[in-house]
Parts: sequence; structure tokens; C-alpha cells
Amino acid sequence: MRAAVGGDADDLSAIGIESWLERYGRKELLRILTCGSVDDGKSTLIGRLLHDGAGVFDDQLAALKKDTARFGTTGEDIDFALLLDGLQAEREQGITIDVAYRYFATAKRKFIVADTPGHEQYTRNMATGASNADLAIILIDATKGVLPQTRRHAFICSLLGIRHVIVAINKMDLVGYDERVFDTIRAACGEFFAKLATADVSFVPLCARKGENVVHASANMPWYRGGPLLDRLENVYIASDQNLVDLRLPVQLVLRPNADYRGYAGTLASGVLRVGDEVAVLPSGKRSRVKALTSAGVTRQEVFAPMAVALTLEDEIDASRGDVFVRPNNAPVLEHALEAMVVWMSEAPLSPGRAYLLKTAALTTPATVTELRYKLNTETLRSEPAESLALNAIGRVRLECVRPAPVDAYSKNRRTGAFILIDRLTNATVAAGMVVERAPVEDALEGRRRAHDAGSNVRAHASLITPAERASRTGQTPFVVWFTGLPRSGKSTLAYALEKVLFERGRHALVLDGETLRRGLSADLGFSSADRAEQARRTAELARLFAEQGLIAIVASVSPTAEMRATARALTHADRFLEVFCDAPLEVCEARDKDRLFERARAGELVNVSGIDQAYEKPLNPDLRLDTARVDSATNLKHLLAALVARGWAPG
Amino acid sequence: MNASSLSHLEALEAESIHVMREVVAEFEKPVMLFSIGKDSMAMLRVAQKAFAPGKIPFPLLHVNTTFKFKEMISFRDAIAREIGVELIEWINQDGVKAGMNPFQHGTQRYTHVMKTEALKQALTAHGFDAAFGGARRDEEKSRAKERVFSFRDRFHQWDPKNQRPELWNLYNGRVHKGESIRVFPLSNWTELDVWLYAHAEKIPLVPLYFAAERPVVSRNGTLIMVEDERFPLETGERPELKRVRFRTLGCYPLTGAVESSATSVPDVIEEMLRSRSSERQGRVIDYDEAGSMEDKKREGYF
Repeated sequence: MRAAVGGDADDLSAIGIESWLERYGRKELLRILTCGSVDDGKSTLIGRLLHDGAGVFDDQLAALKKDTARFGTTGEDIDFALLLDGLQAEREQGITIDVAYRYFATAKRKFIVADTPGHEQYTRNMATGASNADLAIILIDATKGVLPQTRRHAFICSLLGIRHVIVAINKMDLVGYDERVFDTIRAACGEFFAKLATADVSFVPLCARKGENVVHASANMPWYRGGPLLDRLENVYIASDQNLVDLRLPVQLVLRPNADYRGYAGTLASGVLRVGDEVAVLPSGKRSRVKALTSAGVTRQEVFAPMAVALTLEDEIDASRGDVFVRPNNAPVLEHALEAMVVWMSEAPLSPGRAYLLKTAALTTPATVTELRYKLNTETLRSEPAESLALNAIGRVRLECVRPAPVDAYSKNRRTGAFILIDRLTNATVAAGMVVERAPVEDALEGRRRAHDAGSNVRAHASLITPAERASRTGQTPFVVWFTGLPRSGKSTLAYALEKVLFERGRHALVLDGETLRRGLSADLGFSSADRAEQARRTAELARLFAEQGLIAIVASVSPTAEMRATARALTHADRFLEVFCDAPLEVCEARDKDRLFERARAGELVNVSGIDQAYEKPLNPDLRLDTARVDSATNLKHLLAALVARGWAPG
Repeated sequence: MNASSLSHLEALEAESIHVMREVVAEFEKPVMLFSIGKDSMAMLRVAQKAFAPGKIPFPLLHVNTTFKFKEMISFRDAIAREIGVELIEWINQDGVKAGMNPFQHGTQRYTHVMKTEALKQALTAHGFDAAFGGARRDEEKSRAKERVFSFRDRFHQWDPKNQRPELWNLYNGRVHKGESIRVFPLSNWTELDVWLYAHAEKIPLVPLYFAAERPVVSRNGTLIMVEDERFPLETGERPELKRVRFRTLGCYPLTGAVESSATSVPDVIEEMLRSRSSERQGRVIDYDEAGSMEDKKREGYF
């Protein structure tokens, strides 16, 4: 393997090998997943990265030229895809059908590329490649635009917890390097990414076959200023993706080389550990302090994830494989029953009631799938009832473990929230699982159902009045406008202004203002994440009821997370839902802080204030973004009305 | 680089240690296939670190084809003594009786008997249920898809259609009696990573990796070292002294040398950064048809 774009070899001549080793011997590692349809040119793109990034050797290139003549699909040009297709049978079919790993390095980073197939049958391989990836490249053929599998890929990346996605729009040469094609695809992607948990999505227009915007910038797309793909790969910030907060050290094995040493060896799943720290071991709960630490055999004062470590304790407490070291006040869930999403990977389908072995980072235990709650339609992202899960299906299950498994929600911890299921007869790995944190809403509902024990008796009566009849009575088709943004970003101001304008135009509309609701309907709720989620749910349910009555519901709610907003969109069941992002930076909101909300939060008098100690996730692709910092509210109202008129929801 | 993040070598090392510990925790009788080369030496160092302060809790197995470089054998014995690990040497005695050699029986047949068959014999005779190998995915195209835990049936065979999916760092090490796995802790390392690690860790290596005057002849454009009298010289052919080194080590008649002046690990790294050919070029056995490695793997070779 050769190391570097633009030539480490040149650099080497300038600085000498000793300096080179010092400078480049410590690179960061970035694990990449590539996904795309069969013909998107994905393998060609990776081949390009390897080639232009100088990862391909001359003798391999010679072999490649030979292979191109025999198997290639590119005519005269070297078929870079053949670099990747490893197994003979696959090569002859011209399709990659497994996960292949490729390696290249630049001066900044070493890259491990998991190449997974785009064909819909191979969800299993994609999930495999995604499980360890920091970043995913999703390929789209510019001539075809967004396809069903694009949504599927985006969804699986999100399901497997990949935080960074680059959408590479390939074959720009075939659409005349047209910016409008790029913009259309980007907008279409925005629609479904808005519903996913992916934190960081960016878009790069490129032509892999010719190497444009892959390693080198393209002269044919001056309108694109984002830099070539490799720039992004070298610079995407991943250090904060590692969970260094929650200490989780699963015991892999106990090292006892002699009577004086008893070391607990394992890989830190998350967190930081120092000599002298108090730790508890689960499930026993016994406590001790860290006496000594080693990482890769070297004594250290401090270790952090993902180091492979060994620790000794001050007291002799019993811990063995399957146990987990944690901090006494920060422990994972330790329950027999788990809720999880599973990707089914076996020809033999999942059927509820069957017993498997469940292997987590810490523990292997017999477990039974007691319930298949639903199957996920990866096309529509909607849940559907199902009796079983077939190969490549994704579903939500409830599992009962024989030993309580120390797990976290996968969304919080990719290491301790993951598990595999193993068939006890064939020993095959049949599923990949991700523990789901039970939403507070769900818990509350379940609690209520249990409390009244009447859940099974709740029936939905259908109204005798149809939506069309209501529309003809009210003279309007209902819709929901959902304002999101930081406190003091101008949501309520716009909401009430919109209500007034609509009223003047003869419409029936009303405002559901978060702060107003909290005085009555939600007086029992505070501002913790759980309570906020419940507040958003109640607001969304109300909006749904109003819309069902033919009314226009205007919601003003901070709704700080993408998940909350996606839930709101889903719960309202409205075909007509407009997410409006009141975009004002925190400084501006703080400057408008007449009632000292931010001031008190900064002083620590108030907690759970969005923007201060609680994160506000900016919507990546709201239906409408209003600059409420620099633009006055009258102008913003005009923009908003124009958007409603353009959609045919409001009279012009 | 952030104080709380690992360099790529540290991350790779941690991953490899995790794999080794997992195998020791889950298997009854693991063994490390020790080929004496740089990858084996890197793997050995990782093993030392994984089980420190204790000793490596499994033996090393060296399949000796009887055509290894002499320097490799003496280096092997010295290393095993020095770190105090049990070393098992296995030679296919049937092959020895039949007088197997690469010159008369051909590369493929010789390799099959003295390497592939010998390895299977050794694994069966000792009842090993897990065998560590130093193979890396970047070495060859078919290896790019190899699992870290590679499942083998009772006949030590690899079925590319029947490999277990590997997610996160959750490895499924369950096997039935007689079945086994090959484990590749260095799967995600590249040739350069191994050299950088050797440099950082000051790992001792067989001197053949470094340039010295050695007697060689040129065969089909490849420099072969005339190690002993078993090498059949053609009439009139005389070994020439050239300053050469080896990028990979195996059986001397099947291993090509390259002319070089690199005498230290940094020299080798520098040479590699400037060179334009991959290490496997020095391996004669790969010159057969496309996919030859895959065929060998199915039979039970690494």
C-alpha cells in the first residue's frame, strides 16, 4: 500500500524518513461504508479513491488491465470496479455480492472502506458494513435521481448509528454537470433525511469514472464550492463521536498469571477510567477502586475507549467474563426483557417463541423472542404487522434473556447497545440487534394501560362525517404548521401573526403555543427530555384532533430534536404538514431575553433550557427556513404566506 | 490529534488484542500459526501485550516445508526461547518420504502437500479448535472479503457462501466438535501498518528483510536466492552476489528477492513509499490464474 495523495514520496524527499515517521506515523483512522445501487458506479468510485489516492500498485494495475479486457464493462477505460470484486463467481456475474474491505491512507488519515452491495436482497451485508462505520458514502446516479434503495440505504445507515453521511451524486458528466440536477436530488434527499437521526449530511457532485471531485476538484462544476470527496473524508470531525461519558468495561477474561496478579481484561466500550476511580461490577453491584491500569501492556494513569485494557482492583471482588465495570451512579439497564430492532440475516426466518443465544459486548445468554411487534417496510419506513421476519427483513422485537443483559440504548452507545443472535443448532449468526430505548411516551402509555387494565378495550369509533363534508362546511382544507426554533427565536410572534392573517381571509385557524399549553393541559410536565417528548406528543395529538375537525393548527414549539419533530409529523397524520424553522442564533435570542430565561439558565438557576444546557438540533431540511434574526417578522410572514399559497393551502 | 483519541496504529492494535482475548476466552485449544515473517512477528507482539503480564496462553505452530531459509529457522528458535512460548514444528513426513520438492513436483503440488496438507495434519493431530493467522485483507483481492473469524468445516475447508456475518466487534466463535475457525487479528492492517508497528515497537525481524549481499540467480525475471545445494542450477549458470532483500518470506525457491540498499526498518519504509509494486509480487505461487488464492483457500490453505 502506498500512502498519500499528492505524494508522500515528495514530502518524504523534503523532510527525510525520520521526520516522516514522526509526522505521519500517527494518523487518525476513519471507517467508511459505501452504499449505492449496482450501477451507480460505487466500485468505480472506490477504485478511483484507491488509484488517485495512490493506493494501487503498478503490478496490480497491470493485472487490472488484463482483467478489464476479460471481465470489464468500461471498454477502453480501466475498469476500477474490478479492483474490488474479489470472488471469481462474482466477478463473472459482474456484481459485488459481499462486504469487501479496502484500505488507503493519506497524510492525514488511514481509511478502511467497507464496500457493500446495493441490491435490495443484501440488507444483511450493508448492516454488517455499517456496524463499524464512522461515515457512509451513499451513491446516487445523477441520471436516475433518488431511487427506493437510496432511502433504504439512508435508513439503514441511520438505524446502525452512522453519524456522518456524504451523498455522492455520481455521473454528473452524463447530465451536463447541471447544477439544477444536483439541487433537485439534494432537495429530494433532504425530505427523507429529515425523518432520520443522521446528524451530519453533505452532498458532493462528482464523476467517478473521470475522477472529478473525487480526489481532485472538477473544473466542470464551478458552481460547486464544497471541495472534492477526499477533502471531506480527511476533515470530517469524528473525535466527539466516541462516547467518553458513560464508563462501560465488559470483562472479556480474567488474567491470572500468578497468585499476586488478578487482572480484568477487556475493551472499553465507552468512557474514561483513572487509577483510584470507584467502580461497580454488574450484575453483583459490588464496588471497589481501580488499583492499576494497563493498555496494550503499558501501565497508565488513565485509559479511554476504545482501548483494550486490563485493570486490577484494591479489593478482592469477584468478577468474570460477562460482567461489566461501570461507575456506581451510571449503570446500564440490567433487565431480562429487551426491546430491540433486529436485522434478520438467516435463510431460516425469525419466528416468535424461538430460543437463540444472544451475545452482547459483555454477555452471551440464551434468549427467546417473545414478541414480534412489527416489521418495517424499508420502502415507506412504516411499520406493518408481521408473523415472522425473513432474510433481510428489519423488525422490532421483544426478547426475554435467561441472564439479565447489561445493555444501553443503541442510540446512546453503539458498543453496549448492540447484540447478535446465534442459532443454537447451526451456530449461524442469524440476526443483528440494536437495543431500543423505550420512549418515555411508550412507557407512560404502557403504564397507563397496565394501570387501568383496559387497554384492550379501547376502540376507535369512526366519525360519521367525512373530511370532504367538513371541508365543504368550513370552506377550507386543513393543515398543520409546526414552528420550531430556540426559545425567543420568534415562533409565537409568527404563529399569532399567521393566525390573524388567516382569520382575516376567512379561515378557521388556531395557535397551539407550547408556553400556553404548559399552563393547563401540560401543567404536570417539566422540561426534562422525557417531559419534552411527552409535551410534543400532546401538542401533536391536539393538532391532529383539530385538523381532523377541519381546522388549521398552528403550533409553536421549541421541539429541540429531530426525533421529536419527526414524531410530530407522524402523529398528526396530516398530509399537509409544514415544518417551519425559525432560525436565529443563540446570541440573538439571548439579546431578546426580556424575561431573563437565558440569563437564569446561564447562572444555573434554571436547567433544561434549549440552547444552554440542552442541545437544540437544527432541522437539516425544514420545509421552510425563516431567518428570524435579520429579517423582520412582517417580511417573514410574507414568505410564509407565499409558501402556503404556493402549495395551494391558502388563498393567494 | 486529540489527547483522548487513538492513532490508527493504536486503534488497530486495540482491535487485534480484543480479537485475541475473545478467542482465548471462548475456545478450548487455540494455536498461533507462526510463519516467522514480519506479520507473524507483529501478531506475536500483539499477543504478548494482550496477555501481559502473563505469558502467551497458547503455543506457536510452524509448518516447516523443509525449504525455508535457514536464517528463518534459527531466528524462529531464538524468538521462541527468548519469550518463553511453546513452539510446535510440523513437517509432513509423507511428503518428506516422497521426496517432495518444488523443482520436480511443481509449485502447486509441492505447496499443496508441504503446506496445505501439512497444516491440516497438524491441526487435526493436536485438536486445535482455533488457529490465529497473520493474513491481512490488503494482501490479495479474495482476502478483502475474508472474515476476522473464518469458519472451517471438519475438513478444514472454507466455503465462501457459508461465512457468518460479522458486526461490530461481536464475534461468533461457536463451533461443533471437529469444526474450527481461523482467526486473523491483523485483518485491517496494511503492509505499511505492519512496518510502522515494527518500527514503533522495535520488533526483531529476520535479517532477510534487510539488504545484504546474497547469491542469487534470475528466473523468469525474478531473483531467487541459492540457499543450498538442493537448488538445481542450469548448466553454466552461476549464482551472482547481489545486494538484495525480501519483502515477504516463504520457501526460498518460491520467494523472489528485490535489489535494495535498505538496511533498517526506516529504510524499508522509505523504499516502500517510493516503490510502485505490491509485496505479493515476490511470491511465485501467485502467478497462476486469477483467483488462484481463492482456490487454495477453499482447500484449506490460508
